[in-house]
Amino acid sequence: MKRLLLLLLILFASAAAHAASPLPSDSLYQLSVPLTDQDGHAAPFAARRGTPQIVSMFYTTCTMVCPMIIDTMKATRRAAGEPTDLRLLAVSFDPGRDDVDALRRYAAAHKLDLRWWTLARTAPQDTRSLAALLGVQYRKLPDGEFNHSSALLLLDADGRIVARTNIIGRTDPEFVAAVRKATGG
Amino acid sequence: MRRRSSFARSALVLLGLMLAVPTLAADYKVLPGGRFESVLPADGKTAPAVLKPFRLRAEPVTNAEFLAFVKAHPEWRRDRVPSVFADGRYLSQWAAPDQLGPGALPRQPVTQVSWFAAQAFCESEHARLPTWYEWEYAAAADATRADARSDPAWRERVLSWYSRPSRQALPPVGGKPDIHGVRDLNGLVWEWVEDFNAMMTSADSREQDGADKLKFCGAGAITMEQKENYATLMRVAMLSSLKATDTTANLGFRCARPE
Repeated sequence: MKRLLLLLLILFASAAAHAASPLPSDSLYQLSVPLTDQDGHAAPFAARRGTPQIVSMFYTTCTMVCPMIIDTMKATRRAAGEPTDLRLLAVSFDPGRDDVDALRRYAAAHKLDLRWWTLARTAPQDTRSLAALLGVQYRKLPDGEFNHSSALLLLDADGRIVARTNIIGRTDPEFVAAVRKATGG
Repeated sequence: MRRRSSFARSALVLLGLMLAVPTLAADYKVLPGGRFESVLPADGKTAPAVLKPFRLRAEPVTNAEFLAFVKAHPEWRRDRVPSVFADGRYLSQWAAPDQLGPGALPRQPVTQVSWFAAQAFCESEHARLPTWYEWEYAAAADATRADARSDPAWRERVLSWYSRPSRQALPPVGGKPDIHGVRDLNGLVWEWVEDFNAMMTSADSREQDGADKLKFCGAGAITMEQKENYATLMRVAMLSSLKATDTTANLGFRCARPE
């Protein structure tokens, strides 16, 4: 019992220390961007600190590449042994059309398990900053579609980029290995 | 009598305030916008860009202005900025994190600034970086015409600046104003644009029909039109090659606001 208490105490102390320690200089969480998820919850991007993440950008009305981005994120998680301490985040390029409802419908249509998944949107100028931070290019076309580059990024618990892949449509073995390593899987 | 002297005193205080906060006085010019034939057609084929009226800073941001910003926002000092926002050469031409020195004269345009730092500065002026279309449209002007690009002299002037050796010290801002009253768009420094990461030009546009469908969602990626207009295309190529943390000795910025 005593040992359990001690363990709890240590856990609590380390969690508190973690939350209080300053962000590393190369952490993407240095960017203060508010994200709103598919349930309408708003939280700063930096609130995701504490668990490794796979992060990408997409938009819900994109019919060709974006579903493949989402599927590749799913497949990567599966190939890495379905680690429970891995989160998956996809942020919309299209805050004009991708409101909370659109994100929720998309999550349902693609059977995304919301224990790991977050679909999110942010204000237009923050979308541009986030894309710049992730090294993703996008451009709105006159017909409302977007040209965009596709990338998956693996962030460690502190928000540092530990791996990146541009391979979409199948899993990238090196990226999967990095996910396994980052999640202790 | 007493009243007059207190009036004089407050006038003095006001004057002092105006002198002490030069960024408030930054001069923005109104540009009418409209339809504009960009080197990057809006749909990747032929569609012109459509610009709302906007205001553009008459001059690029100077070292003195950026120093005032860094003093007011010390998180942007070169010894404090997180590495996700600026590379290791950020403001390296300054003598110290809060001092210009001989390598950075007050009226020279500030360079060695990342896109994130430029955005943050513009926000401090209640502005943003201009979009590529806004910048390209503004830079098409000369002293008498809003669009002088069909004049070979315009092209020559831009290209002759490109060929000037970049090791020479930068001249101060304050070149001749164009028809809108804007200065130094061509001939002083390269400038960041808000959507620098939106141009996506491929070295070989043939790629963009087949293999690149997977890389770029939506309609075919942007294909550059007006290939004879390589003065502008060189700028597009340069901007597209940048990361948002990059800083260079010849890359500065100015800000824009909606009208």
